[in-house]
Amino acid sequence: MKRSLSLLTFAGAAVGAPAMAADLNVTVEIPRLSVAEYHKPYVAIWIENPDATAAGTLAVWYDPDSKEDHGTKWLKDMRQWWRKAGREMKFPADGVSGATRAPGPQKMVFSGAKGALKNLKPGQYTLVVEAAREVGGHEAVRVPFTWDKPGKPATARGSAELGAVTVSVK
Amino acid sequence: MTLKTRLFAVAAAGLALALPLSASAHRAWMVPSFTVLSGDASWVTVDAAISNELFYPDHRAMRLDGVSALAPDGSTQKLQNTATGQYRSVFDVQLNQAGTWKIFSASHTVQASWTENGEIKRFRGSPEDFAKQVPAGAADLKTIRGSNRNETFVTRDKPSTDVFKPTGMGLELVPVTHPTDIVATEPATFRFLLDGKPAADLDVTLVPGGARWRATPGDIKVKTGPDGAVKFTLPDAGLYWLNASVRSGETGRGGMAAPGAAPAPVTALAGNGFSASYTAVIEAQRP
Repeated sequence: MKRSLSLLTFAGAAVGAPAMAADLNVTVEIPRLSVAEYHKPYVAIWIENPDATAAGTLAVWYDPDSKEDHGTKWLKDMRQWWRKAGREMKFPADGVSGATRAPGPQKMVFSGAKGALKNLKPGQYTLVVEAAREVGGHEAVRVPFTWDKPGKPATARGSAELGAVTVSVK
Repeated sequence: MTLKTRLFAVAAAGLALALPLSASAHRAWMVPSFTVLSGDASWVTVDAAISNELFYPDHRAMRLDGVSALAPDGSTQKLQNTATGQYRSVFDVQLNQAGTWKIFSASHTVQASWTENGEIKRFRGSPEDFAKQVPAGAADLKTIRGSNRNETFVTRDKPSTDVFKPTGMGLELVPVTHPTDIVATEPATFRFLLDGKPAADLDVTLVPGGARWRATPGDIKVKTGPDGAVKFTLPDAGLYWLNASVRSGETGRGGMAAPGAAPAPVTALAGNGFSASYTAVIEAQRP
């Protein structure tokens, strides 16, 4: 009896421990646009607190190989992210920044053991995907999610610069 | 005139304060190509003009000899590639430091008249020269002091606030909301100081740019509280021309002969006077 109680206690502690290897699965659809001059968009993927402040940046797709200021010149065009988070960061940002991506669905898995998710407290958040395209438009798509319980995927759709954005905690 | 009496004069001249400063609609402005920039190779190019419509150069170019760029660390940086055309001046500023830059002109002038050995004397110049050239305790001393500021702000990477350190002269803006962090439809707050003290009951006007494509000017008029602070919400993204001014007593217009003109009899100033104006161009970003 005594032994089984201590086993239960142990199990309880393990369930309550933070960052139980939950991951955030995100799919961002970059629309294929038929325009005269197409450039792949700059995209920032970040987490917003309920008070609309930033809780961390998951990914930034830009052009670090650009001759023009290594691409940092246009980071400010993702202006919500830039105001709330980006301008506090250094680029390139290890584990966060990468090259722009081609049209089509872009699937990503952000590990709960790393980066912005590592110390994210359980609770309600919004995932924001913000895209800015050279000689094109700007759009931000928001998808709510609950960290760090596995849940059903949630989807929101952009109207111009972004297609469907799907978020699920697994 | 002491600071105390000057402030009293300002307070006493409520009617004068309510009057528009200038009969003409000429507005001086400096418009930077961007107010928010990223990356260490950033430059801004700035247009500077005095115009009727905002922000179209339709009257005359702003002279650049009084314009400076104050870097985030407090140093003054050179304006580059300056040019002055018929209607507009242009210059570049290389943002070689991260933080907030102030591009500005500030002028402070004193006119004075006094009596020396039965003769009326006149002075016009800087407050420093006034202190040197006009004898302390001069008989019949009358002064008209004026202060003008024209500013705009540019932030590269993370904003900073060192360039907002008040000088204590004339009207100055102190951020509560950072001027390069203003977002359309979100409330923002600025504080104003007059000679380093809260500028209470100050009328502040914000005029949106793009006047050519709008039927009405769309001016936004607000007033500071006792602490000199004023809260406002800019309805649309874009550039705004912000202006506030105070005036009391004599304006001191006329009275001095133009250089080269036939010598006119020197006359005393009609009385004391004081004026200060503040102008800035700010941007409201899209939400």
